[in-house]
Amino acid sequence: MKAMRRFFKSFLFYELLLGLRLTGRYLLSRKFTVQYPDEKTPMSPRFRGLHALRRYPNGEERCIACKLCEAVCPALAITIDTEERDDGTRRTTRYDIDLFKCIFCGFCEEACPVDSIVETHIFEYHFENRGEQIMTKDKLLAIGDRFEKEIAQARAVDAPYR
Amino acid sequence: MFDWMMNLFYSLPTVMQILIGIQLIVIPLMLAVAYTTFAERKVIGYAHVRVGPNRVGPRGWLQPIADAVKLLTKEVILPTNANRFLFLSAPVLTIAPALAAWAVIPFFDGGALANVNAGLLYLFAMTSLAVYGIIIAGWASNSKYALLGSLRSAAQLVSYEIALGFALVGVLMAAGTLNVGGIIEAQSGSIYHWFALPLLPLFAVFFIAGIAETNRAPFDVAEGESEIVAGFHVEYSGMAFAVFFLAEYANMILVSALTAILFLGGWLSPFQGILPAGAFELPVIGALLDHGIHWFLFKTAIFLFAFLWFRATFPRYRYDQIMRLGWKVLIPVTIVWLFVEGILVAFNVGPWFA
Repeated sequence: MKAMRRFFKSFLFYELLLGLRLTGRYLLSRKFTVQYPDEKTPMSPRFRGLHALRRYPNGEERCIACKLCEAVCPALAITIDTEERDDGTRRTTRYDIDLFKCIFCGFCEEACPVDSIVETHIFEYHFENRGEQIMTKDKLLAIGDRFEKEIAQARAVDAPYR
Repeated sequence: MFDWMMNLFYSLPTVMQILIGIQLIVIPLMLAVAYTTFAERKVIGYAHVRVGPNRVGPRGWLQPIADAVKLLTKEVILPTNANRFLFLSAPVLTIAPALAAWAVIPFFDGGALANVNAGLLYLFAMTSLAVYGIIIAGWASNSKYALLGSLRSAAQLVSYEIALGFALVGVLMAAGTLNVGGIIEAQSGSIYHWFALPLLPLFAVFFIAGIAETNRAPFDVAEGESEIVAGFHVEYSGMAFAVFFLAEYANMILVSALTAILFLGGWLSPFQGILPAGAFELPVIGALLDHGIHWFLFKTAIFLFAFLWFRATFPRYRYDQIMRLGWKVLIPVTIVWLFVEGILVAFNVGPWFA
């Protein structure tokens, strides 16, 4: 009896018809494709994109060259050289992030005692030449200057949970 | 207006009439092929809960044109040790039968390019010829993947040809004629006179064998991306590849059209014999309800959609499963049903074989 049922099930393509019904149902279901350049998904304030170095409102750079980010970086992507500036403060002469090494874990941002190095919401960027993947201090500061408003806002939104 | 054009058409020499007829079939067919590729990507996309191509032109409607331009401008690469003559003639050998078969297809009452008496035989011969193009392409490429693909496809085509042929025998037993127009006439009366009902097993076998004949999923071992890259046409590029592509889709449309003609009565209206005769005399709706090319196109489109739906649903059959299905299931089914049909015809049973 069982063998008969199995025979007729396979002979009448029972399972294939079930499969057709399934794809047929999905064929008619609502599509949730996000048409990327025209539409974008909502983004968390904690999004970890391209890095930036921030400044204080008076224009002084925040980074005090403590090298905590360099120490915590699991991918060894950060390289820092320091000097004592004329006013006696310790500052970086070089702050490089190799984006080919970086894994965007956000540990540098967590480690920073002065909220200097941050990861922004920028994720649409590209390089055209070898060497451009090294984010130098100038480039990082420039990004920070340009997007300071968005960066500060994202930090403010996330502040209650930190 | 229309009569005037028809009179002008019939006053032309026969050669001109045939040439114009060919243009009237081939150009819409090529457009249909182009938009079948678009429909395929859309249908498969929708089955994946995606939207499919929608960037080129309004809602993606220019996508097939863009694809065609891309393929046209690409280089045709000839492999070093390939047999040049056979390598380039294989695509032609594939597409020629796929187009030639359309000569005997009646699009509407009397609307076939050639009203051949042995039309069914001609169709069977033409669909069988396609295997030569595939074998030659695989051999001439001088590539092991191409050769393996063409061998698989040859074995598969030869096996399914038998089931396909038996299904055709069933149709011609019921219709009593080999003329394709005559087969449609034999199904007239009402929707219950269509051969789909009395020949249901043959209908299923014919469509399944048709899918296998066109090397479409789930019977596409000839291409088998995961195993043999792209099968018989790995070495082809540019327009030579595009011709294979056109042939595959032209064959798909041909098999859909054949299934519509042989089992669903081609251009016959499903409302014939059901609605009162007065319904067909209404101004616009009457023409839509009555027999005509639109029913033929509609029925073809249903089967064409089934092709795409199957491709979106089924994984590829294993090679031994293909052979098992062909030889141990489809062929016995056709033989049994031919026997049953023979008895029905001999004893004039039912409304169909009287």
